[in-house]
This record gives sequence, structure tokens and C-alpha cells, in this order.
Amino acid sequence: MTPRFLIGRLIDLGFVLFGVSVIVFLMIRLIPGDAVAIMLGANTEITPDRIAELRGRLGLDQPLLMQYGNWLWGVLHGNLGTSIWTGRPVLGEIAAALWPTIELTALSVLFGAGLSIPIGAFMAQARGRGAEVAVRVGAIAGLTIPSFWLGIVSIFLVAKLLPGVSALGYVPFSQDPLGNLQRMVLPVFALSLPMLANLSRLVRSATLDALGQDYTRTARAKGASRRRVVYVHALRNALIPFVTSVGVSVGYLLGGAIVVEQVFAIPGLGRLVLGAIAERNYPLIQATILVITATFVLVNFVVDLLYAAIDPRVTN
Amino acid sequence: MLKVLRQNKLLTFALIFVALQVLLAVAAPWLDLHDPFRQVMVQRIKAPNALNWLGTDQLGRDVLSRIIYGYRTSLITTVTAVALALFAGGGIGLLAAYCRGWFDRIVMRLMDVLFAFPILLLAIGVIAVLGPNAWSAAIAIAVVYTPIFARLIRGPALVICETEYVEGARAIGASDARIILTHLLPNLVSVILVQASILLSAAILVEASLSFLGLGAQPPTPSLGLMLSEGRNFLLLSPWPAVFAGFAILFLSFGFNLLGDALRDRLDPRLKVAE
Repeated sequence: MTPRFLIGRLIDLGFVLFGVSVIVFLMIRLIPGDAVAIMLGANTEITPDRIAELRGRLGLDQPLLMQYGNWLWGVLHGNLGTSIWTGRPVLGEIAAALWPTIELTALSVLFGAGLSIPIGAFMAQARGRGAEVAVRVGAIAGLTIPSFWLGIVSIFLVAKLLPGVSALGYVPFSQDPLGNLQRMVLPVFALSLPMLANLSRLVRSATLDALGQDYTRTARAKGASRRRVVYVHALRNALIPFVTSVGVSVGYLLGGAIVVEQVFAIPGLGRLVLGAIAERNYPLIQATILVITATFVLVNFVVDLLYAAIDPRVTN
Repeated sequence: MLKVLRQNKLLTFALIFVALQVLLAVAAPWLDLHDPFRQVMVQRIKAPNALNWLGTDQLGRDVLSRIIYGYRTSLITTVTAVALALFAGGGIGLLAAYCRGWFDRIVMRLMDVLFAFPILLLAIGVIAVLGPNAWSAAIAIAVVYTPIFARLIRGPALVICETEYVEGARAIGASDARIILTHLLPNLVSVILVQASILLSAAILVEASLSFLGLGAQPPTPSLGLMLSEGRNFLLLSPWPAVFAGFAILFLSFGFNLLGDALRDRLDPRLKVAE
């Protein structure tokens, strides 16, 4: 990895994070009508005094550039704003809801990405028209099954078939490791299925590509078994596009987690942001969106670097 | 055309599968369906039977007609959204590829920023600003898909800008508008068709997710996502509304995805390599 490449990536990263912060900042300012009256309307009577008080508290009476500067200064110092209803910093609420979402997403990445490699490599050995159609239809079905529906159906089946098992809710891992993992099984499955379908197909086609290359022919010629060629020689090169796809999938998973948390009653960021929308608590909505998006951007930054580390051709 | 369809069974199947569902949605008012809004309290939560083919929901409304009208809601929202995104994103991608230079750099950087948000999260953010209803959902999906279309169109458009016929057109003094409309656009039709179909498939899932979360169409509008979230509360009494609504979303989304996939093979085999 050349320093030049790294600096270029860092500049890109800075620009994207800046753009994201501007869009998130503008959210409140883009609300049609009087944003403050709309916010207050969710929970209390609207009086001119209250409007003026909240407007002052949110800093909406200052010039736009100054508002942005103050807001960004706060964000960079860990002050993401205060809840308009409780007046407490939203960071505390986000921190409490962060862990379930991270656990759900991380387990789904592990499950989806981990399982897609053997499945894709296995599928690469199946050729012919019948297999082609089966792979294609299977992959599209995996991509288009709504995860929340899968979740609902699986909750129903568990309730009917295994009445003693609790599939809903969340217990922290530190309190009850087994109970935690048990409740994670269905959500992780529901959330990661589209990713699994997508990545398996990608691994398959990349493996097939690699199998057509000269070095696999050489490996066969020097006496490596067909299986060894698929799993050792071809697969390793097939992983290069795979890494990028996993990074992109994280964004899908972070978004999908919002829906899946709702289905399985998991108290994560998804529930937090939906609750915040219901009570029009815009500082909390802004902060949650900012935290999730920044996470996604940073994950992709790391993936980009990894990609360059695996494949030196990228940096040139 | 017929010959193509006979040869390509997958494409034929996908076309028929999609056309059937779209026809159902379009023709819904003229079909002899139960009123999707009519609540028959004595017939609540019924399993499928001769009168209500797919059963009834918790308010005694006919599930079949709510699903067919749900198709309408879903298609109106997503087709509007994808058309808006295609217009905005496709236009941006086309101009960026044609103009190059600073315009290209600035505009595509802006698209990168929108692209940095997780899809569903950005959609939720837009709805948080506009207020939850079906039109907000359509605009939200359009905003989310604009950068995707811009990127998808810009790549192939750049390639076409380099071709000799574009150079030739420029040499004989064709105007920019003429080159874009008569040389670039027609050559991008196959890319646009394929991507519009696949993105429509994904948009159907996003719309269903949003209305499931209560951020899209509002009750009592017949909506597939809403049916799922309402049916969830009565799952142990009767899984039918939730199960059928889920199948409906799956079939609709699956159909458009398969159609896009089959079209891609048919229209341009090179597209596959380019990905």
C-alpha cells in the first residue's frame, strides 16, 4: 500500500463524512413548515413561549452557518445534542441501544459471509443447465424474501413447534450468554439470508472465473486434486471481490436491522430511531442516523484498505 | 419477438409472472372483488373458505382483495419512485459522463455522499422530515435510488462517449443535445431496462419494509407491508393474512428481479462481464 493511496483514501473519507454531516444537520431545517411547532405538536400544547424556548435551545434562531459550526463542534466533542423531551444528552440513549444492533449486525455478517464461502464453492462444482437455473432462482429467491416476513413466520413456527423456547426480546450476553445467543438465532437468520444468497452467488461466479485461469490449469497439471484446486487455488483468488461485497452488505444489514429489531422486539438503534420519529424527537433521530452512517462509512474505509492489502494491483 | 420468447423460457416465464401481477393490480376496480375496506365483524379472522378465498383479517376484511389493492399501492409507490430516480439519477449520470471535468467530479462526489448512507436509513431519514405517508415513501425511495442510477448510467455512458460514432457526430457538428438524445440515450436503453427492473424489485421490498414500520401508507389503505405488521399481532389466532401478504411481496419482488436478470442475458451479454 503506497502512502499516496492511503492519503487519497483519507481525503475521500473526510469528504464523505463532511457531506454526511451536512445532510444530517440539514434534516431539521428541511422540515416543511415550522419545525419547532411540529416537534412540540407530538407531545404537548403549542404556545409561543414554548416555541421560542425550544427554538433557542436548539439554536435555530442563529444564522445557518453558525448553527452548523456549533453543531459540528459539539459532535466532534461527543455532544450529539439533547433530547427535546427529556433534555438529556442523546448520546446516553444511543450508547444503551448500540450494543444489541452491533451484536445483531456482526453475527449476521459472520453467518452470511462465513457460510457463503463453502456454499458458493460447492455450487461452483455444479454445472449444466439444470444447476444454472437452480442457482439463479435460488439466489433471487434469497434476495427477495422479505426479512421481516421470514422473521414473523419463524416466530410463528417456533411458537407452534417449540412452545417453551423464547424467541423474542433481548438479554445481554454478560447476563445470560445462552439466552442471548438463543434469542439471536432467528433474527440473525432472517437478517443475513439475502446477504448469504448474494455472496454465495458471487463466490460461485468468482470461483468459476478463477477456475478458467492459467494458474488453476497449472495446479491441475502438477497433480493437485480437483477439490484442492477449487478450495485452495481458485477460492483464494475469488475472495478479492468478495471482500468489497461484504463491506457493502454491512450497509444493507445496518438498515435491515432496523426492521428485524422491530419484528423481534430487540431494543436496538432501530427501535430507538422509530420511537424518536413517533415523538418527533429530531435531535435523537439525527444523532442515530449520524452514528449508524458514520459506522458504515468507516467499515467501508477499512474494507477498502483491506482490499488494497490483499490485491496489490489496486494501489497502482 | 415471439421467437425470442420461445427460445428463452426464463424470460418468458418472468414476463408472464410479472404481467399477471401487474394486470391484477391495474384491473382491480373492474374485478368482482369484495370491497377491501368493508369490515364484516361476524367474519373476523377466518381461514380461507369459499366466500373469502384467502380468508379475512382482524377486522373481517377480505384478504384477497386487500392483497390485490395492496399490489396497487405498492406498484404506484415504487413505479413513481423508480421513475423519479431514473429521471434524476439517470440524467445526472448521463450529463456527468458527457461533460466530464469539474461537473462530473462535483456531481458524482455528491452522489457518493448520498450513497454513503445505508439505504433504509436514508429512506427513514427522508420520511422523518416529510412525515409518514405513501408519497413520502415514494420520494424517500427516489432519493435513495438517485445515486444508484447515476452510477449505473455513468459507467456505460462514459464508454459510449468514447466511441467513434459519437466522435463522428461531433465532427459533423451535431449539438450536445442531439448527441445525448440520439446517440447516447438509445444505446443505454438496455442498461436502463435491466436496472429499472432489478431496482423496482428492491424498491418493492423497501416500500414493504417502510409500510411495515408504519412509515409508508397509513391505515386503512390496503398495503402489503401494513398487512404484515397488523397480521403479526394476530399470528397465533390466524397466520393467514401475514402469510399471504408475505407471499405477495415475495412474488412481486421476485418477478421483477427475475425479469431484470433474464433481460440482462437477452439484451446484452457484455453487461454481465462489465459488473
